[in-house]
Amino acid sequence: MIAWIAFGNILVKDIRTYYLKPPNISWGLLFPLVWTGMFFIRSGSGVDGLPTLLPGVMAISILFGTTSLLAVTVTFEKKGRSFERLLLAPIPLELLMLAKTAGAILFGVANAFVPVVMAAFWMDLSNIHWATLLPAILLIAISSTFLGLFIAVSVSEVFEAQTFSNFFRFPMLFLCGLFFPVSQLPSWLRPISFALPLTYGADLLHGAVNGTARMPVGLSVSILTGFCVLLFLASLGMVRRRWIL
Amino acid sequence: MTPEQGRKVIEVRGLKKRFGAVEAVAGIDFDVWEGELFGFLGPNGAGKSTTINMLVGLARPDAGTIRIGGIDCSTNPKAAQHLMGVVPDENNLHPELTGFDNLCFCGALYGMTRRDRESRARELLGRFGLTAAGNRAFGGYSKGMKRKLTIAAGIIHSPALLFMDEPTTGIDVASARQIRQLIAELNACGTTIFLTTHYIEEAERLCQRIAFIVNGRIVRTDTVQNLMRRTDGRHIVQFTVTGGAGRLREAVMAEFPTLQCHAVSDTEIRLESPEFVRIGPLVRLIEGCGAAVIEARLMRPSLEEVFVEITGLDADVLKREQERTRGGGGL
Repeated sequence: MIAWIAFGNILVKDIRTYYLKPPNISWGLLFPLVWTGMFFIRSGSGVDGLPTLLPGVMAISILFGTTSLLAVTVTFEKKGRSFERLLLAPIPLELLMLAKTAGAILFGVANAFVPVVMAAFWMDLSNIHWATLLPAILLIAISSTFLGLFIAVSVSEVFEAQTFSNFFRFPMLFLCGLFFPVSQLPSWLRPISFALPLTYGADLLHGAVNGTARMPVGLSVSILTGFCVLLFLASLGMVRRRWIL
Repeated sequence: MTPEQGRKVIEVRGLKKRFGAVEAVAGIDFDVWEGELFGFLGPNGAGKSTTINMLVGLARPDAGTIRIGGIDCSTNPKAAQHLMGVVPDENNLHPELTGFDNLCFCGALYGMTRRDRESRARELLGRFGLTAAGNRAFGGYSKGMKRKLTIAAGIIHSPALLFMDEPTTGIDVASARQIRQLIAELNACGTTIFLTTHYIEEAERLCQRIAFIVNGRIVRTDTVQNLMRRTDGRHIVQFTVTGGAGRLREAVMAEFPTLQCHAVSDTEIRLESPEFVRIGPLVRLIEGCGAAVIEARLMRPSLEEVFVEITGLDADVLKREQERTRGGGGL
């Protein structure tokens, strides 16, 4: 019970302090809008092209929203020593890190629905396979958050976390099949694509929105779940090694 | 209360910690008893904070055992965190939260219900004179206010064992005095306190037992009373002169070889003797050397002298270090 009171309060504190702050709306509203607009104009296919753009924009919204905020909620608090207060609390480290990431996961899920709501004005959403889309959004949000967590606990400064995030994020935009299939990439780049979690998330989204998944749903879900577990365990290990000296 | 009448709250055996080539803590042993105010004294870099970090679960020992409240924390640093409150050497609350919200948040981390933590937060804000500032962001507090709120956050859940790392460092005299009073009150109410400080006067005034740590090793652990016995029968007189204390020291030592004489500064010399010091001949000697005596004071032997004697550290170096970190928070 003690641990869950702590969990709830860490989550609520982070949401109030970080996620509901007006500047963060840029990740949730402005960012997807800009990306959608950019690809919409570039594709030149008009409103008919929206279904092919939607999965990519949703994935980007989740990826950037989650990874950016972890640098603040974790690295910034570590730098300011307020994270130490959490490490002193009598709650298991696993639950503590879940509490610190739960806000980002929720934020990522909420971000994913911004382009969906915007798209609802222009396209028919009745063909979307929601039973696949919802778990896909959740898994992308979790894996992106844990990737952000891994980056946040691997560095000491907030700016390092931000720049290190881009080292992963920008290549993922082009390597994960968000806006064109992985099969169109040069063969030597494809192994890198399959080593990135978003490739599997994007494939799930393409399958749910357009029915164009290239991998079985079960396989993508399993691999994405594996990435989540791996990134979380790696982050915990990093905290234990670097922060509990 | 004597330690033997209570139970051990902290038991440390063979505790070691190394950072690369630096041996921060080199195999220390000590016990802290229930209800005790235990002082952990040493100069900067002696291993005080590393020890406290290992005790509270922020650092992993390389070797040795730690038992807190009977719970073995050597392999699981989080095992006894529910028993303790921690006041770190630097303020670590959330700058964007108000004082009240910070306290409530810290209470929640220990599983306190909303009603309990809110009423306790109000009580502590009142006790520390921070009620009016309770709705202001912590980031805007003065140094003294930040320190007080950090201490309040450490005791929000009424812990039986409280770790305080340099609680009065860097704050003004009035706030430091108020904090010392509060530490004494908490201890009087039964809270066991583990206090690290390099203000020897503070430890002398507050603590029942003290461990001296130097270069990662405990050189002596004893009650303040026993430590002060080393100074029994010692008589100290300090002269304030117009100048040339170094030269006067030579003259005094030549004339009175049984006296121990130190030049405290260019205008102060300190004389120590196992017997009463006769002032008259000394004044005549000093004035004969061309200096005027402005004041002669009988000094009470202090724990600082015991500390210097036991540790072999230079008293002046220690004093300069204290001044550098004091920031006005002296006694």
